[in-house]
Amino acid sequence: MTQRIGPVALILAVVGLALPWLVYPVVAIDLACFALFAVSLDLLFGFVGLLSFGQALFWGGGGYLAAITLARTHVDAGIAIVIGIVYAMLLAAIVGAIAVRRAGIYFAMITLGVAQIQYFSAFQLTDITGGENGLNLHSRGTLFGFALENDRLYYYVALVLIALAVWFAVRLVRSPFGGVLRAMRENETRTIALGYRVNRYKLAVFTIAGGLAGLAGALYAIGNHLAGLEMVDWHTSGAVVMMTVLGGVGTIFGPIVGAGLFESLDYFVSKMGAFDFFGVHIPSIGEETNMVMGFVFALCVLLFRRGIVGEILARVGKRPGSG
Amino acid sequence: MLRVVNFAHGAMYMLGAFATYYGAQLFHVPFFAALIIAPLAVGAFGILLETTLLRRLYGLDPIYNLLLTFALVLVIEDVMRLLAGPLGSPYSTPDALGGITNLGFTLYPTYKLFVIVVSLVVCLAAWWIVELTPVGARIRAATENPVLVRALGIDVRRLVTGTFGVGVALAALAGVLAAPTTNVQPSMGDSVIIYTFAIVVIGGLGSIVGSIAAGFALGLLQTIGAIVFPPISTTLIFIVMVIVIVFRPAGLFGKPESAR
Repeated sequence: MTQRIGPVALILAVVGLALPWLVYPVVAIDLACFALFAVSLDLLFGFVGLLSFGQALFWGGGGYLAAITLARTHVDAGIAIVIGIVYAMLLAAIVGAIAVRRAGIYFAMITLGVAQIQYFSAFQLTDITGGENGLNLHSRGTLFGFALENDRLYYYVALVLIALAVWFAVRLVRSPFGGVLRAMRENETRTIALGYRVNRYKLAVFTIAGGLAGLAGALYAIGNHLAGLEMVDWHTSGAVVMMTVLGGVGTIFGPIVGAGLFESLDYFVSKMGAFDFFGVHIPSIGEETNMVMGFVFALCVLLFRRGIVGEILARVGKRPGSG
Repeated sequence: MLRVVNFAHGAMYMLGAFATYYGAQLFHVPFFAALIIAPLAVGAFGILLETTLLRRLYGLDPIYNLLLTFALVLVIEDVMRLLAGPLGSPYSTPDALGGITNLGFTLYPTYKLFVIVVSLVVCLAAWWIVELTPVGARIRAATENPVLVRALGIDVRRLVTGTFGVGVALAALAGVLAAPTTNVQPSMGDSVIIYTFAIVVIGGLGSIVGSIAAGFALGLLQTIGAIVFPPISTTLIFIVMVIVIVFRPAGLFGKPESAR
């Protein structure tokens, strides 16, 4: 089992270690955080078949709580991150209890709706969240006494935490618990008949996924010195869905690749100037990168729904992940 | 109705408003003509999307439809942003509907009254067509059991395409109606679509009566909320949604069934 994903994990590890020397370290931090964020979504969508369209609730929630804690109390950054995760998991437990009653499209709409509650709250509680301006951090603080201001150092600290979280996700989907999840995805009625309380399993995964997204969000907010409104915006929920599907649903490592591709494409397109394409002048599209992302994603949904990693695994003849 | 969740509905609403705006700017199309032309144009565009793209995904989990239409939203919105700029363009209220009407007990802007009347009429018409006409019966049957309906010699594909087109046209009509009241801007569909989803969840998917009732009730509720306690007005609808899900998972008017 371990051998099968060995090569992929190895490549990702090498890329992960080399990344801050290839791109700006801050960009590397963003990439790593989005990668974990996408993994959290994959845990839900890929292994339970529940598409959360409000995953920014936990990403943004974790980010805001960590930033608020750091800005107000000057405690160790580790504590701020833990508070962010706990808040995200609490939210996930509450929202999950409501949302797992429905599946499919309803589930997506409910998560989206609840995420909007937090969006508007963050927008209006200006005293706590900074409203439209977001919450700025003067410093990343310290972790176990080490100052985190150096971007590369922060990246490697974040990378270790994220790698641990991804390892945890992989362990989870390969455990007997993960087996039940896949059984639920394939045939829910039969799983119920076998005596499993499927809603409890769904709630558990939803909470865990919320915690992972919370960790990713907390690391992202601290890394950028900012918890901003776009972290709780539904476009972010949509972006992470795109990353996951692009990389390959249900492969755990696919979403990491997807997040990397998505972010680099976004970066590349926004920096691309005007150019001539076979004599046709194409103006610079600047900030309007969503157009390209949407186009790529539409192609992905229409032509290769297994995503990049899913497609590769299928061609090589290996089973995606262990499911 | 069609088990197609169209994320792009908000974008169609936005296109409707823009069609009105550009129609007036470039071709001097009067507002009342726009009420008919814009929905037709946008509806045709919707049919094009349905036949070329969405149709390919019908055999799959409806989630993929949601994803594809989400991608379409991003593309359509950005294209409009490039064409029209991110800032809004004002569209003035038609003269005939300007001013204020005295309703006896209160004064009310004539245009808003007009919007209320039009949307009530259209909603009732939609309900009447779906529930009480032969075409509506076919549409409902096709939703229940497409294979059987096809066996009866009815072209389900055309039915679905047509219904989709009408749905898109209605969204565009809403956009035309909204054009004079708000700024016409590329992101105007965003805020609307999420509210619409919440309304549909509350009312129950596939229940037109439910959507209409929930839509009007929530509009009212939101206004009252805005008067009583302003900060909560934007979140109120989602709070109501949560409460409804807890007590009636299928929505107020929906039949209890699995969404998948």
